[in-house]
Amino acid sequence: MRWFEQFRVSLRMLFRRKAETALLNDELEFHLEQEMKENLAHGMQPGEARAAAIRSFGNPAALRDQARSTWRWNRLERLLRDLRYGVRTLLRSPGFTIISILVLALGIGATTSLFTIVRAVLLKPLPFADPGKLVMVYEHFRQSTTGDGFNSVSSGDFVDWRRQTHGFEDMAAWRNYGFDFTGEHAELPEVVQAAGGSFNLFSLLGVQPALGRTFSVDEDQPEASHVVMLSWSFFQRRFAGDPSILGKQIHLDATPYTIIGVLPNWFTYPDAKIQLWVPYAQTFSPDDYAAVHDRHQSKVIARLKSGVSAVTAIKEVSALQYRLHLAHASAPVAEDAIYRPMIDDVVRDVKTPLVVLMCAVGCMLLIACLNVSNLLVARSASRRKEVAIRGALGGSRLALIREQMTESMLICLAGGGLGLLLSMMTTRWLAGHWRGLPRAESIHLDGEVLFFSIGLIFVTTLLAGLLPAISSTGRDVLSALQESSRSIGGSASRALLRKTMLAVEIALTVILLVSAGLLFKSFIHLRTADLGCTTENVLTVKYGLPEKQYDTREKVLAFHESLLDRVRRIPGVHAAALVSIPPGGGSAGDSVFTIPERPSPSFSIQDDAATHIVDPAYFSVMQIPLIRGRVFTDHERLTNDHFVVISRKFANQFFSGDDPVGRHVRVAWNVKKEDYEIIGVVGDTLYDVAKPVKATMYFPIFSGIPAQTGSATLVVRSTTDPLVLSVPIQQQVASLDPALPVYDVLTMQQILGQTTASQSFSATLVLAFAGLSLLLAGVGLYGVLSYLVTQRVAEIGIRIALGAQRTEVLRLVLLDGLRPVILGLLIGSAGGATAGALIRSILYGTSPFDPVVMAGMVGCLLLTAVVACAVPALRASRIEPMQALRTE
Amino acid sequence: MGKPSDLVQGTLDLLILKTISLEPKHGWAIAKRIQQISNEVLQVQQGSLYPALHRLEQQGWIKAKWSETETGRAAKFYSLTTAGRGQLEREMESWSRLSGAINLVVEEA
Repeated sequence: MRWFEQFRVSLRMLFRRKAETALLNDELEFHLEQEMKENLAHGMQPGEARAAAIRSFGNPAALRDQARSTWRWNRLERLLRDLRYGVRTLLRSPGFTIISILVLALGIGATTSLFTIVRAVLLKPLPFADPGKLVMVYEHFRQSTTGDGFNSVSSGDFVDWRRQTHGFEDMAAWRNYGFDFTGEHAELPEVVQAAGGSFNLFSLLGVQPALGRTFSVDEDQPEASHVVMLSWSFFQRRFAGDPSILGKQIHLDATPYTIIGVLPNWFTYPDAKIQLWVPYAQTFSPDDYAAVHDRHQSKVIARLKSGVSAVTAIKEVSALQYRLHLAHASAPVAEDAIYRPMIDDVVRDVKTPLVVLMCAVGCMLLIACLNVSNLLVARSASRRKEVAIRGALGGSRLALIREQMTESMLICLAGGGLGLLLSMMTTRWLAGHWRGLPRAESIHLDGEVLFFSIGLIFVTTLLAGLLPAISSTGRDVLSALQESSRSIGGSASRALLRKTMLAVEIALTVILLVSAGLLFKSFIHLRTADLGCTTENVLTVKYGLPEKQYDTREKVLAFHESLLDRVRRIPGVHAAALVSIPPGGGSAGDSVFTIPERPSPSFSIQDDAATHIVDPAYFSVMQIPLIRGRVFTDHERLTNDHFVVISRKFANQFFSGDDPVGRHVRVAWNVKKEDYEIIGVVGDTLYDVAKPVKATMYFPIFSGIPAQTGSATLVVRSTTDPLVLSVPIQQQVASLDPALPVYDVLTMQQILGQTTASQSFSATLVLAFAGLSLLLAGVGLYGVLSYLVTQRVAEIGIRIALGAQRTEVLRLVLLDGLRPVILGLLIGSAGGATAGALIRSILYGTSPFDPVVMAGMVGCLLLTAVVACAVPALRASRIEPMQALRTE
Repeated sequence: MGKPSDLVQGTLDLLILKTISLEPKHGWAIAKRIQQISNEVLQVQQGSLYPALHRLEQQGWIKAKWSETETGRAAKFYSLTTAGRGQLEREMESWSRLSGAINLVVEEA
């Protein structure tokens, strides 16, 4: 039963420690009494007896400590003592403590938030079965110079790949598709984003439907019976999660589709906007599905066969693709097939910004650590004498270091705890406000993140505490004792340490500032980019006419014309026009063409241009200038539609100086290749503010070709706030066709805001981090310099007493402070240029070595540094020599 | 007055255990008893005694109880635990082996 006894004792030692100490005192006191009694019995006088007893007893305090040292939990007790001591010293300077805790809370909080996002988005495997074996297969044009070389796949290529190659276990395809959704009865019509997925897509990903089943092979045919799968959110939103809808019908583009299944809630690939899935082949016409090789619209996912590498598998596909390319030499069919892991494909747009942000917060945290470290060095310097005396009296260096580390640990723990709270609040916000962040739904704080931040707190403790602790408990106790009695000039080595840390801090700040400046400049560049048309007071409203209902040119034209007519009569509408996609609203799709009056290019490089459809009023409504010739009139309508207007870029690129008006463009606009006469040249517009200008062709929307002109964007210019017009416009659409929904009701400003939102987001964040770092660096500089001045008060006093000019003193201190700043600036500028080069891919219209940004940021920092140095320097120059010499 | 012999390293525990094996004793009595029995040869310093007592208590060999002395003063009385009794036997055995061995060497030489 020994362990029981031990356990009992150790419990007593833990919970009744105070009482035990009293008992120990009593025990020793009893011993003393007995000794005295004995002495009295031997005939001593009472006073003498007591003195003799104490003499033989020795130092009672030491005796007590020796006995106590055998007790359990001593380590804990020591820790508690250190903690108590640490808390007490921290509370003695609350200003320092609060600032340090806040600084670290910001650093740790921001780093934790970013890590949470980075982990969920970049590091976590995709939520599919064996996700490491999933790759995306793309076409690759050898001559392609734009983009990243990963080209979407045509349905014909996919069908052939799947049938004729065997290197992959399986291949599946999907493509985006839009529908006008109406219920069986008179439910609210809605435009839904849908996707066509091949029958094996869900089984390839390892996704089980939450309800019902997925597509069968027979359903994945162009003319098979129409079936649809619902996303979980659509199922909840439109059908209130009623499972009895399985087997019922909904109307998509006025065609009935049978609901066969519902996808699980977590399935949000490719993004959460996809509401419906239909069989892949059904999104094509029977003629097109397996035969079209030059319309690149699909994404292909492949699963690796075990034992067959992706490189081997892709070689086979690539070889087949080359044969396809040769077989369709006159059409844009790529020569090669390439692949990349599916995870890279999902995160490719956000990887660089995320990594940049992560580096930025890392830098900020490092700066925060250095700052706290610097402040701690200053504090420990003022306690140098105390530490030296304790060292001289035999305090072990380890104990002294431990004591100081406890202090920094307390700061870091408090900062870390606060930071974690901060991060819990901000992570959600960050993820929610980051437009287009993939996998945002999987972002949440969990054990792993918690573990990360605890590790972070540990590392910051070491970073912030170890350096000052080691430096302040140095070996040369004697010199410290001598020095502290009367020091003139201060300790050079400590100042060097602090100046080095300061230089590093400044260098990091410059790097952050320069990166932030570059990002911000490129963001400003985007915001002020000239779209080439007016963006003031313009409202855009999209609608798509279902081909089943609007199946002739006349019907489509009638709708467009009467809508324009009605909208123009709404009070407040200044002008109205139609276009396929407004400027800044994204790519409208490209067409390849030839110019009959010119020798055609070699078969492998095809000229292509963006295609838009517009009504005659479009150019004047959007204030796009006419450069040559004329624009459409009401006469270019129905089958009298073989006319085209081109953009300036088109004219320059393909006619290089010749007058293009009257020439022709041969293009398969309506099914087969036909010649279209160029009637005019207009100014360029941007389809995406972040992308260069693209050559553009405009076709007349009044041709009414159902497949080409059925969906359109109504652009309306108003005299005042255009958003108030949205309801009257929707009423006009509903009065023409009650089942026709409108969508994307946005002003031009909103469209621009959407495209620049993510840039603005990351630029603002990095700028905020950089600003904070600048503040930290300023505080650090001020702290170090004030400390140095206090240390040199006596020296400066002597200098002034001996006749030094006050301006000279000012200069001396200022230079002393600015020296590490200059060093840091030099290192930081080099680092900033390197950082700029690394983030080149997310900069728009801004060189990574932009001199304005560089000079501006360096100037900004220099100004902060001068202000931070000037205050202590001025104080130094005002020192009264007599007073200075009297104070120690 | 000659300096009392230092206790042979590690034998203090044995002496304490042996001294309290008959009846519970407080610290002062333990020291006195050892001194008496050894004819004033073994002097146990307080600086060794109390740490040793507390260590033995932490290890579960002895247990302490507060009770009154004959003069009515409360004192801490130490007594052996069951485990301590076994420990005493082991220590005695190892002591007699050790002292026997030392005797052999000393007498032979």
